[in-house]
Amino acid sequence: MFTIFGVPSAALFGQLLIGLINGSFYALLSLGLAVIFGMLNIINFTHGAQYMLGALAAYLLLQYTGLGYWPSLIFAPIVVGLLGIVIERFFLQWLYKLDHLYGLLLTFGLALIIEGVSRHYFGTAGLPYALPDSLQGGHNLGFMFLPNYRVWVIVASATVCFSTWFVIERTRIGAYLRAATENPTLVRAFGINVPRMITLTYGFGAALAAFAGVMAAPIYNVSPNMGSELIIVVFAVVVIGGMGSILGAIITGFALGVVEGLTKVFFPEASSTVVFVIMAIVLLVRPSGLFGRRA
Amino acid sequence: MRKTLVLAALSAALLCGGANAQQINVKIGVLTDMASLYADDTGPGSVAAAKLAAQDFMKDHKNFKVEVVSADHQNKPDVATGIASKWFDVDNVDMITDVPTSSVALALMQVGAQKNKALIYSGPGSSDITGSKCNANTVHWTYDTWMLANGTGKAIVKNGGDSWFFITADYAFGHALERDTAAVVEANGGKVLGKVRAPINTSDFSSFLLQAQQSKAKIIGLANAGGDTINAIKQGAEFGIVASGQKFAGLLIFAPDIQALGLKAAQGLMFTETFYWDMNDGTRAWTKRWDKERNAPGKLPSMNMAGVYSGTLAYLEAVAAVGSTKDGKAVVDKMKTMTFKDPLFGTTTVRADGRGIHPAYLFEVKKPEESKYPGDLYKLRATIPANEAFRPLKDGGCSLVSG
Repeated sequence: MFTIFGVPSAALFGQLLIGLINGSFYALLSLGLAVIFGMLNIINFTHGAQYMLGALAAYLLLQYTGLGYWPSLIFAPIVVGLLGIVIERFFLQWLYKLDHLYGLLLTFGLALIIEGVSRHYFGTAGLPYALPDSLQGGHNLGFMFLPNYRVWVIVASATVCFSTWFVIERTRIGAYLRAATENPTLVRAFGINVPRMITLTYGFGAALAAFAGVMAAPIYNVSPNMGSELIIVVFAVVVIGGMGSILGAIITGFALGVVEGLTKVFFPEASSTVVFVIMAIVLLVRPSGLFGRRA
Repeated sequence: MRKTLVLAALSAALLCGGANAQQINVKIGVLTDMASLYADDTGPGSVAAAKLAAQDFMKDHKNFKVEVVSADHQNKPDVATGIASKWFDVDNVDMITDVPTSSVALALMQVGAQKNKALIYSGPGSSDITGSKCNANTVHWTYDTWMLANGTGKAIVKNGGDSWFFITADYAFGHALERDTAAVVEANGGKVLGKVRAPINTSDFSSFLLQAQQSKAKIIGLANAGGDTINAIKQGAEFGIVASGQKFAGLLIFAPDIQALGLKAAQGLMFTETFYWDMNDGTRAWTKRWDKERNAPGKLPSMNMAGVYSGTLAYLEAVAAVGSTKDGKAVVDKMKTMTFKDPLFGTTTVRADGRGIHPAYLFEVKKPEESKYPGDLYKLRATIPANEAFRPLKDGGCSLVSG
């Protein structure tokens, strides 16, 4: 076995893999943000709260209806997506013509309210949520023990990410959506219900966040704060990838997971700041982000 | 004859009333984490505990008016010192209690000394508070890192867990806990194979767990607290840490954390605490009252909250003995000469360095099938008597200790 900067290569491979898995959470979350920003021009600060609501919904479904992990993976995003639709209809739709700042303030305020209310009812220590039986255990890869659940996380997240990308960039409905962002009046003239499409897009973005929340429930502490801790990093990911760029958000999400994972080996103390250092550098060199179109 | 007696008694009562008519106002500030990772171990539960202490004290001391205020310090030293300065200067707060997060607590000690007010800590862990950084205005109740290390570390090494890897929260508390535990492990013939410093509020520990796994240490010492500990143990189960023969040593764990983990993930964990709600009739009765005051069904009080109650009560008794809250140091000095008794901690004395001295207990988390009712979480493994539970006075390096 050889070593790289004093770290055995086997250990390094393990860390790379772990980084990729964590990156898949970043990718899932930043994808939702990028979709919402790209289509609605809203900087969705409620995203972290929606992620948390997904996990919370999974917990509540298990407690009160006995629905386990797999049904939750479908129902929790639907519930949170519907809530997103309500938010869009009641609040967001009035803000599209205004400066970004209003959308940011509104969604930030909503996030604080949602998290505050959840804290009131559930406290902050967290709620227990067990791994689904079918994904217990793991495999010994020689250089590391890989839990089955993490394999599922990476597969599910990559599938969802790339199908979303495919739908938006490569299908007819995606073409409508992109056209509606560019010139809503013209698209409406073709008989397409643009406001409804926008509403559904926001609902879908919220559902994506909730999906990530359910995925996180068995391995991260389910608590009202889980979203606010993650959302700041995810915003940095979106900024690095380029606001609104869907492929950029996905690739940057995975890549930063890996970078963060490596930092945890070589300089663990900096692992909570490395993403922001990269963000600062990217903003200096390429203000529109790695994959962003130049404004 | 009988009439005269009644009259005499009445006039005596009136006379006493006259002597005691001067009302003493005391304002207690609970400065704590209301919303972040330590909020369920301290936070609103500590505020409820301080209110109970005020009620109980006023019942026996009719001439006292004790008021409890609270604020969220967000685990940030600058926020905390800002609130404390305002409390002391503008709002006439006499004493600040709880203060989880050692870095915050250490920063606040300067303010307490400057304004000559009393600080009765229950939330923070660093043993430096009554060690190298001690001061005459501070009393430290409930626990500290030395006591945790001594209780849990020693018991685990004696049971064969002689090689350790630390996952440490990267700030004052984690460093102190790691240092104190490593010292105990080595003093008892164990070895420390490695350590990794994880930033506070990390949500994914898998990278650190992998490093711990590769170290082949028998024991993975978690020198962290609250949400960090929960995440590490939860993900440890997923990565097969326990299944592959390694064991976690949770160095600081509170009852609400065990509730959050669930017994299935937490069973078998051993750790040291100074209070458990289900210890005896006294603690159970207090928990019932706390539950009513806290008004959040299903929550359990942690030892920090119990310490806020016990420490606040002790402070108030010392104020009654001194007769004024004005001189914070004088009240703290008085506390060091008194012996306190309450149903939660039994008998407590306060040492010259400010350390509250009471027994500690080694607990083990029950298996799911051993738990008979909600909140039935711990088995008592050993009692560590008060005189052995905390660091010997001479070893702390506190400047208040002479000779």
